[in-house]
Amino acid sequence: MKIHEFQAKTIFRKYQVPTPKGGLALDSETAQQIASDIGHFPVVVKAQIHAGGRGKGGGVRLAHSMDEVFQHTNAIIGMNLVTHQTGPEGKTVKQVLVEEGVDINKELYLSLIPDRETACILVIASEAGGMDIEEVAATTPEKIIKVHINPLTGIQPFHCRKVSFGLNLPSAVIKEFSQMLTRLYQLFIENDCSLVEINPLVITAENRVLALDAKMDFDDNALFRHKDLMDFRDLDEEDPLDVEASKFNLNYINLDGTVGNMVNGAGLAMAVMDTIKLAGAEPANFLDVGGGATTEMVENGFKIILSDDKVKAVLINIFGGILRCDVLAKGVVEAARNTQITVPLVVRMEGTNVEEGRRILAESGLELFTAKDMKSAGEIVAKIVAS
Amino acid sequence: MSIFVNSDTRLLVQGITGREGQFHTRQCADYGTRVVAGVTPGKGGLDMDGIPIFNGVQEAAEETRANCSMIFVPPPFAADAIMESVDAGIELIVAITEGIPVLDMMRVKQMLNRSGSRLIGPNCPGIITPGQTKIGIMPAQIHKPGGPIGVVSRSGTLTYEVVFQLTGQGIGQTTCIGIGGDPVNGTNFIDCLSAFENDPETKGIVMVGEIGGNAEEDAAEFIRSNVSKPVVGFIAGITAPPGRRMGHAGAIISGGSGTAHAKIEALKKAGVHVCENLGHMGEMCAEIFPS
Repeated sequence: MKIHEFQAKTIFRKYQVPTPKGGLALDSETAQQIASDIGHFPVVVKAQIHAGGRGKGGGVRLAHSMDEVFQHTNAIIGMNLVTHQTGPEGKTVKQVLVEEGVDINKELYLSLIPDRETACILVIASEAGGMDIEEVAATTPEKIIKVHINPLTGIQPFHCRKVSFGLNLPSAVIKEFSQMLTRLYQLFIENDCSLVEINPLVITAENRVLALDAKMDFDDNALFRHKDLMDFRDLDEEDPLDVEASKFNLNYINLDGTVGNMVNGAGLAMAVMDTIKLAGAEPANFLDVGGGATTEMVENGFKIILSDDKVKAVLINIFGGILRCDVLAKGVVEAARNTQITVPLVVRMEGTNVEEGRRILAESGLELFTAKDMKSAGEIVAKIVAS
Repeated sequence: MSIFVNSDTRLLVQGITGREGQFHTRQCADYGTRVVAGVTPGKGGLDMDGIPIFNGVQEAAEETRANCSMIFVPPPFAADAIMESVDAGIELIVAITEGIPVLDMMRVKQMLNRSGSRLIGPNCPGIITPGQTKIGIMPAQIHKPGGPIGVVSRSGTLTYEVVFQLTGQGIGQTTCIGIGGDPVNGTNFIDCLSAFENDPETKGIVMVGEIGGNAEEDAAEFIRSNVSKPVVGFIAGITAPPGRRMGHAGAIISGGSGTAHAKIEALKKAGVHVCENLGHMGEMCAEIFPS
């Protein structure tokens, strides 16, 4: 789960990780009030959307007066912000963070992620702050410092020294930086983060350490033990069909193609999407109804797929293991009737009780195409959407 | 022959009294797996279908000489269950549970690295040596005993599809392993490839990967210098959009790495026969593997 910058900074402050003074505004009046509370110019007006690259897209602006606070806030709220992470359709901005401007001495990059290969928390830091870190890693890898922290020992002073000296920090800053890194690590562990990123982390003219930006993602598998974090979820930032599917515990992702598809199992679902593509069509979604799908889940999956107007045909591919094909066939027939399916349906199923399942489909009176294997399933559905 | 499990494997089931645990324990026992014990804290002294239940793994292993554990414990308690088995010195631990937090698994992995236990999973269908023993949730009837092909995969139903096509071509399997779709797991591709390479009855290997991480790239590197047997590979997720978690927690393209294309290229360079269209898997294997 992703959250906004201002929400991440709320969590930072709880862990005494220093952030600039500021507040959230949904209109220019509030923005001006926050600017007056800050008490000095310039202030920064920052669009709050989940995607990065906001500055380049015009979503982060410096204001030197109350008039400019007013202008910038009005310009940003309601704008359609396009960045390299939003996709070409962009994202409508609904709120801004207004923060004090800071005298910057040095900009750094700092992030913490779980490293799947080593099963450690990986701290990534760089002196090339404020830039796209993937670009830095590609062009000047020597400017990237990586320190692995074993979760059984947790963060130790030597980890902090490795990062501090690696960043060539002035000695006056090392103590404060180390404290901050230790707290960030605690924050990471205690909230089951899958990413904490500060870009830039700045050293101010007064040699203070300050998180100018803040990005946090959480491990969805761990949200059961962080009910409080669920308040931070912003449904406006998610695809409406994805949100609807999540209510039914369905693993659904909306895509751009025309072939809706429903599969049991994530790996097989991806393979089916690929098969559709190889047959010359494009998948409209990813939908994994799970290894133990029920009639109800199949029906809900159907509804979600069909509420996408782009869908011109639906392909169902189920590998009946524990879930028997006859049970599934009944579910498909029921769902197709209840949802009044209006597009051609191609079904391919295999596994336990497959003959019985095929018989049920054949006798249902539904207009559907039965495919005998994956290859022909892809070909049939591609032919339908091409015609 | 087979790898990791055979008809001598003595299984205990953690979470044996839950709905899933009960159902799949019975399926495994029906297949011929020697299920010797169950563990459910608080239900020690009872039994399920005559299988004795214990409060803890250590006690169960001492009493029944169980050397393998299958785990059906729900995600919030699953890491603890795995660690209990590691602590008891269980040789092979098969964790079926999906949805374990990454940080929990990182701690488990660190403990595993300092132990003699092997973990398969989590978030996996388990392991089967057809005709001998089934430790997992895969449908038994699609498999064909006697080899000569070993199968290793990150996915569940995708593995069933591959095995189904192999069996359809009359090609049997030595052992089939699902290593799981989580970012941090126990046994990896290389462990399985190495075991298959050393198993005299395995004459060829099918490896099924997907987007996310670089386990397939590492496996490709290993195959190039260490595997003499023919390998057929498949990678799911050519059409997966970047930055989205495709069902499996580990199946995500991040920062341009972990793409299907990069993995396919790496496998091809290592001499792996990459199957581009899953529908052709069976036919391709029939051509490539010696009959």
